[in-house]
Amino acid sequence: MHADDAAGRVVERKELSRVTIRFSGDSGDGMQLAGTHFTNTSALIGNDVSSLPEFPAEIRAPAGSVPGVSSFQISFADEDIFTPGDRPDVLVAMNPAALKANLHDLPRGATIIVNSDEFHAANLKKASYARSPLEDGSLASFRLFEVPITSMNERTLAETGLGSHEVARCKNFFALGLMYWLYNRPIDPTLRLIADKFGRRADLAVANQLALKAGHAFGETAEMFSEHYVVRPAHLKPGTYRNLTGNTATALGCLAVSQITGLPLFYGSYPITPASEILHELSRFKQFGVKTFQAEDEIAAIGSTIGAAFGGALGLTGTSGPGFALKSEALGMAVMTELPLVVVNVQRAGPSTGMPTRTEQADLLQAMFGRNGESPVAVLAPATPADCFEMAIEAFRLALRHMTPVVLLSDGYLANGSEPWRVPALADLPRIEVKYAEARPGETFRPYARDPQWLARPWAVPGTPGLEHRLGTLEKQDGSGTVSYDGENHHRMVELRAEKIARIAQDVPPQEVWGGDEGRVLVLGWGSTFGALRSAVQRHRREGRAVSHAHLRYLNPFPANLGEILGRFERVWLPEINLGQLALLLRARFLVDVLGYNRVAGQPFGISEIYDQIGQQYEAASSPPAR
Amino acid sequence: MSTPAVKLTRKDMVSDQEVRWCPGCGDYAILSQIQRVLPELGIPRENLVFVSGIGCSSRLPYYMSTYGFHSIHGRAPTIASGLKMARPELHVWVITGDGDGLSIGGNHLLHAMRRNVDLKIILFNNQIYGLTKGQYSPTSEFGKKTKSSPHGNIDHPVRPLSVALAAEASFVARSIDRDTKHLQQVLLRAARHRGTAFVEVYQNCVIFNDGAFDEFADKEWRAERTVVLEHGQPLIFGAQRDKGIRASGVRPEIVRLDDPELQREQLLVHDEQREDPTLAMMLDRMTSPELPVPLGVFRAVERPVYDELMEQQIRQARLRQPPDLEAVFRQGDTWEIEPEAD
Repeated sequence: MHADDAAGRVVERKELSRVTIRFSGDSGDGMQLAGTHFTNTSALIGNDVSSLPEFPAEIRAPAGSVPGVSSFQISFADEDIFTPGDRPDVLVAMNPAALKANLHDLPRGATIIVNSDEFHAANLKKASYARSPLEDGSLASFRLFEVPITSMNERTLAETGLGSHEVARCKNFFALGLMYWLYNRPIDPTLRLIADKFGRRADLAVANQLALKAGHAFGETAEMFSEHYVVRPAHLKPGTYRNLTGNTATALGCLAVSQITGLPLFYGSYPITPASEILHELSRFKQFGVKTFQAEDEIAAIGSTIGAAFGGALGLTGTSGPGFALKSEALGMAVMTELPLVVVNVQRAGPSTGMPTRTEQADLLQAMFGRNGESPVAVLAPATPADCFEMAIEAFRLALRHMTPVVLLSDGYLANGSEPWRVPALADLPRIEVKYAEARPGETFRPYARDPQWLARPWAVPGTPGLEHRLGTLEKQDGSGTVSYDGENHHRMVELRAEKIARIAQDVPPQEVWGGDEGRVLVLGWGSTFGALRSAVQRHRREGRAVSHAHLRYLNPFPANLGEILGRFERVWLPEINLGQLALLLRARFLVDVLGYNRVAGQPFGISEIYDQIGQQYEAASSPPAR
Repeated sequence: MSTPAVKLTRKDMVSDQEVRWCPGCGDYAILSQIQRVLPELGIPRENLVFVSGIGCSSRLPYYMSTYGFHSIHGRAPTIASGLKMARPELHVWVITGDGDGLSIGGNHLLHAMRRNVDLKIILFNNQIYGLTKGQYSPTSEFGKKTKSSPHGNIDHPVRPLSVALAAEASFVARSIDRDTKHLQQVLLRAARHRGTAFVEVYQNCVIFNDGAFDEFADKEWRAERTVVLEHGQPLIFGAQRDKGIRASGVRPEIVRLDDPELQREQLLVHDEQREDPTLAMMLDRMTSPELPVPLGVFRAVERPVYDELMEQQIRQARLRQPPDLEAVFRQGDTWEIEPEAD
């Protein structure tokens, strides 16, 4: 986690409280109109908005040329905007010239949505591109979405009877619809305005409305993401940096484990939003011996992974909530067979299919308890996109040492968001030791004998002479691992499995508290809310309030010192994008009156929202902390 | 993969666990033939793995002295596939049943076979749920009265071999528990096949479905009501080997060999190596009492093997681009943050 670097300097995080979008196209593409609608709609839903139209310098610049580009920039935020004219987070480029004219303004990691239909030879030439920038890798450091806007708009309006020129003039509304989807804006105000504007030409009104709806629907169908983890670091530790999304960080972390341990990585997965990028990333790493398996379903994905883990590989499977539900029974099998396994759940809004592209933290209790029987697993949660790298390594470290499945709870916001990641030197990666069991002459192998410190059983892989044994999902006799229906033995095994997970608390770093060690309000959090919580707490501390922040990355078991920390604050306040799942666990475990703040709107928390809420908590906590 | 020749006997394959199937169960015969066949392969015991799901048949791995994994209902092909992908040098068997493999685990069976993962899948077909005490299974006959179908089963049964053929399995065979010689031969062929070998074994459940296969498999008339498939040979059967099968269009029919009108070349000649599974599919539809039930290898073809392809891609990727983790870390656009001057 890069929250506090080694020198103890604070990295200021700013998350998606503010977005700047630039619409850019030919002067005839209607970018000003699209931008104006977006501005009005954003203002209508209560955003603070500032916009900046930019017309072509030359009045009669040729169509498709760079001087002929017309742009419209809009910034919107959930708090006051003090600095106009930020660099755009998102560029909508309707043709190659628009891309060329604006590219130099974009920060790394910005999103580019291009109308890919217009990137043909003639337009590329007009914009003086020797090769298509969509194909030559020059946009590698941006999030590029290629959308065939022209042709989809044409197909949408094929039945309207309009001429091709009139159809083409509707494509700005297609682009606008897409942006409305991405930033969760209502389309009704614009539909109404279109009706008013084209009052006399009902056919044009209908066409533009159709284009708007089609663009909006496309965003939904293509499951496009807007989430963007914007980090403006004040001070970063010296080194080489790159931008990394959470899903890429997860993939690289697991790849690193394979290199550290010398064990091949096996990734069994079934495509699902928003976890699929992990599969895409890892499938590129065949030269490292990584085996990726696109299974026939979620169950086969985890089943194959457990098979690979039985065979001595690093077993990794990844999914989102619905897939995690399907994996439940097999996860219980990994608990029973005590095999090392990492399950990544990139959470999304549920229940059921829910809102695949919207973020949520509501799978914690599913990860904890979503299996039959007493079936404990370790649960970790990265705090930022780059932290996914470190926590993926942690997940494997714990899985291997403690011979247990570990659930890594990422979410859509982390997965698709990016932040600067300090590229580690290989020598700086943690060491992870793995030892397969070996036969001892004259001894009968006992697959469920446990090491006294961690209670882990030996990892005996097929192919090892003398260790032939049968794993199984029926209850095991303590030690020998043979099938047992003995009730007393079952009780012992249930306790052993629970104790094995509980002891992991001794193997994870103590919980850190940012700010003061004691005070009026402790803001607790976990997962992707980190940026908003830290920024809001920081603001309160600057203003002199005794507010601290503790962000949990180890959710089961809790770090050994957590209970003691909770006792040092007068108020413990825990915002979650669920209805209070971690709060429930903490209350049960520590009998502490953890107060929740819960919003499940598919959106990350905003800084000012959290800041205001902390303020109220601070006021409500009347007396100074008892100590 | 070179396999060192290892001298093992049937006894070396037997685990110390007491076998707990019902007395008289067909599973005993299958277990015994598997234990008899394995030593012939010359594979070291530690390289043999038996993976199973849930059901009576799925207890089998506990009785083998090899590595084993008794998993969850229907999912054995997934665990076996993952294991085989991770460790291609292992010899991996899947033990399943009609409920485990074709009902709850139907999807996995289908996909393992279409991929042609190098697994030996033995499906014990007793046409009933035994472990859960007598409900109809996906291979139970239409109208069958069971505990869960007191008014008769209204499910239409599935044909395991047709499923395998539809999935383009590269090895498809059938045998029966009580013909130990034939079972041995088929298991040995399966074991030596490269790719997925799918074997359906008709297996008698002595408690809940006793005699299900007697109509054609009883020793008294087995020769008359079954036909043993042999590659390159015409389909001839009968205690006196006096009857044969002729295809009338795509419909098989019985002919008498002493029929003066019959020309020998009209007899259907078995070709297990045909790419096109139509013939094998036609054979699978031959059912008693109208026609003799075929036993033996229906199909055995060469097809690229999934786990070998996976290894091959890795080898090729390594040749093209040696692994370099630091280079991967630094992919894309990087920048330097210089130490700040204090």
